[in-house]
Amino acid sequence: MSMTERHKKLERNITLLAVCTLITVAIGGLVQITPLFYLDNTIEKVDGMRPYTPLEQAGRDIYIREGCYVCHSQMIRPFRDEVERYGAYSLAAESMYDHPFQWGSKRTGPDLARVGGRYSDEWHVQHLVNPQAVVPESVMPQYGFLAETELAVGDPSATLTALSRVGVPYSQEDIDNALMDLFLQADPDAEGDLEDFQRRYPKAQVRDYDGDPSRITEMDALVAYLQMLGTLVDVDSAAAQQELAQEKGR
Amino acid sequence: MQAETALGRTMLWFVLFLVSIVVVATAADGGFAAHAVIVALVCFVLMWMSASRYDPAGKLNSFFKMPDTPSKYDDDPIRWGVLATMFWGIAGLAAGLFIALQLAFPQLNFEPYFNFGRVRPLHTSAVIFAFGGNALIATSFYVVQRTCRAQLAFPGLARFVFWGYQLFIVLAATGYLLGVTQSREYAEPEWYVDLWLTIVWVAYFIVFVGTIVRRREPHIYVANWFYLAFIVTVAMLHIVNNLAMPVSLLGAKSYSAFAGVQDALTQWWYGHNAVGFFLTAGFLAMMYYFVPKQAERPVYSYRLSIIHFWSLIFLYIWAGPHHLHYTALPDWAQTLGMVFSIMLWMPSWGGMINGLMTLNGAWDKIRTDPIIRMMVMALAFYGMSTFEGPMLSIKSVNSLSHYTDWTIGHVHSGALGWNGMITFACVYFLVPRLWGRERMYSLRMINWHFWLATLGIVFYAATMWVAGIQQGLMWREYGPDGYLVWSFADSVAAMFPMYVLRAFGGLLYLSGAFVMTYNIWMTLAGKLRDEAPMRDAAYDAEKDRPIVETPTSAVPAE
Repeated sequence: MSMTERHKKLERNITLLAVCTLITVAIGGLVQITPLFYLDNTIEKVDGMRPYTPLEQAGRDIYIREGCYVCHSQMIRPFRDEVERYGAYSLAAESMYDHPFQWGSKRTGPDLARVGGRYSDEWHVQHLVNPQAVVPESVMPQYGFLAETELAVGDPSATLTALSRVGVPYSQEDIDNALMDLFLQADPDAEGDLEDFQRRYPKAQVRDYDGDPSRITEMDALVAYLQMLGTLVDVDSAAAQQELAQEKGR
Repeated sequence: MQAETALGRTMLWFVLFLVSIVVVATAADGGFAAHAVIVALVCFVLMWMSASRYDPAGKLNSFFKMPDTPSKYDDDPIRWGVLATMFWGIAGLAAGLFIALQLAFPQLNFEPYFNFGRVRPLHTSAVIFAFGGNALIATSFYVVQRTCRAQLAFPGLARFVFWGYQLFIVLAATGYLLGVTQSREYAEPEWYVDLWLTIVWVAYFIVFVGTIVRRREPHIYVANWFYLAFIVTVAMLHIVNNLAMPVSLLGAKSYSAFAGVQDALTQWWYGHNAVGFFLTAGFLAMMYYFVPKQAERPVYSYRLSIIHFWSLIFLYIWAGPHHLHYTALPDWAQTLGMVFSIMLWMPSWGGMINGLMTLNGAWDKIRTDPIIRMMVMALAFYGMSTFEGPMLSIKSVNSLSHYTDWTIGHVHSGALGWNGMITFACVYFLVPRLWGRERMYSLRMINWHFWLATLGIVFYAATMWVAGIQQGLMWREYGPDGYLVWSFADSVAAMFPMYVLRAFGGLLYLSGAFVMTYNIWMTLAGKLRDEAPMRDAAYDAEKDRPIVETPTSAVPAE
């Protein structure tokens, strides 16, 4: 029986056609995506990685809300020019707590994977309020409203709970203290145990970010997020170098 | 009895209306509340309609000159689908022109609602899902009825599919401007909008498959295989990629079920196959019905259609990782993605060849029929972009092109050239038939549209090639001193002329769509433009005579 003859069976039976189609289109995804959930180099932990603090997470939510990923990647590729321009290339583990990932697909603006600590808070605030004032060539939109909008704190515990349900290892303590932690990070004089906060979130930067200590704005949260990007893993330390060396196929 | 059902319906909408009002009052964030207001408005209008027999659709029917006589097939949702296609097409193209201008002139950003980051998803969703999606739903309902010789299986459900899909579009679009987004490219709507789309999509599947089950033809026509693959696969992709945990059931915000590498590949498995199944398989289905119909020729090769159908849908799914070359995705996955992308070239061209060769024996129509001309140009662009795609998926090419405007240019040669042109051609085919007109108001305007669109695409693609390659080269250029030559800001400044010319290309394309809208409007009004036909060669009666030689005293040579 020729191929076209055999194919007529499928053409006369909608159930068979639909089932065969579904099987055909399911294979590729199953083969490519499933292994990523158990292969070592996609799920290993690297020293220094920790979940986001409530303030950083609030900033990340604003980053997503404003569609920053449309123009900024957070994924440094292992090329000489990129490493020189943006810093050490990105590791899989560095986005292990990113729900969702923010690798991006287009660089209308520069990569931000390691932007943390490269500029001062004042620079970030000025740049977000009026990018062209700081970088005349820039085509970035202005985000002055962030500095004027008080952060809608909402219920940070609920945020952390949702994140822990999808696998981010927040402790019960983190979840219970989320609201206090959020205020504490933007204002070191606020009520709460600063040492305990910094023990639970190593390398968390505690300060007023937007130059207005009287209140917490969306600008505070966004700059807190930007200033921590790429700062958690010490890529120059021996352990990280070993990690890089062992990683195959990059 | 009728009064009782009307009362029951009114009560149902009233209860849903009250529920939405309660949701507005208790919503955790402004975006969710705004969406509840939209739903409440819809419920209110439906309540009003059931209570007072107020029929806004009836008024609109006369506004859009819908035929009074019942059609042989169930064509009402298709007519609405064609109108929606045009409406969203204009909206999506205009949004595209706006953001193109924003990139050249950043003063055009109006914070916060009309900043680039919020309008860009509006543009992509409007053109892909609103324009393309409505075209797919409308043509699939048209094609499945004709090729099965049966009416739509569930007429009520078909109408729900159409209007439910419009609600999805409105919720998605308003959400982006309000900052409600999952940040997953081409899957930005939040969890509750995704759930709604899932319901609509299942209804779509039921109507489509139900109609095939009722068919009066033994065989399922090839266009329907492609529509089926599109519906089934998009359902699978949509559900898996949008798995997320909402923070609150009364709030818009949710967090993706996956993180980092896993999330990235799931997203691009979805993202690439939104191209593969929404913008390719579905539109190939359109091609397989409308090109043979317009050319009045049978499909070139039945055997080729079988081979290219199964190989296309099998291979496409694997190509997602080419969006993640040189990222933290494992190398084997990147290589698989690259290899399958290159193999994909063949079945893609199989579709193009099957479409183009259908014109065998009818090639002269390119000269005389502007609709055929559009279809041929669509297939040509399909062929070009499915060659460019595999080329860009080669890792060494991708190391230059990734993150640059080359990708944007590539996408638009496919979207404007293939999806746009084939949709316009199908709409030109459909409108006279659906509204019972002899032909389109003006064939010469179709020709104008063709050239405006083609020229627009040329401007768009050419400038984005230059822009993308220039960006890629500037980012990696080292001077003799061993330092990077250009700062990032230099590469942004260098883009200005290209961004302006790209916007000009977009303006040309949009003006073509305006010409089309006018043409359709006049066709609905039942008018025929008095114009010279496109096929006539020049005729001069004076010259149409035998050459009469005046006999001289010529003597034959010896």
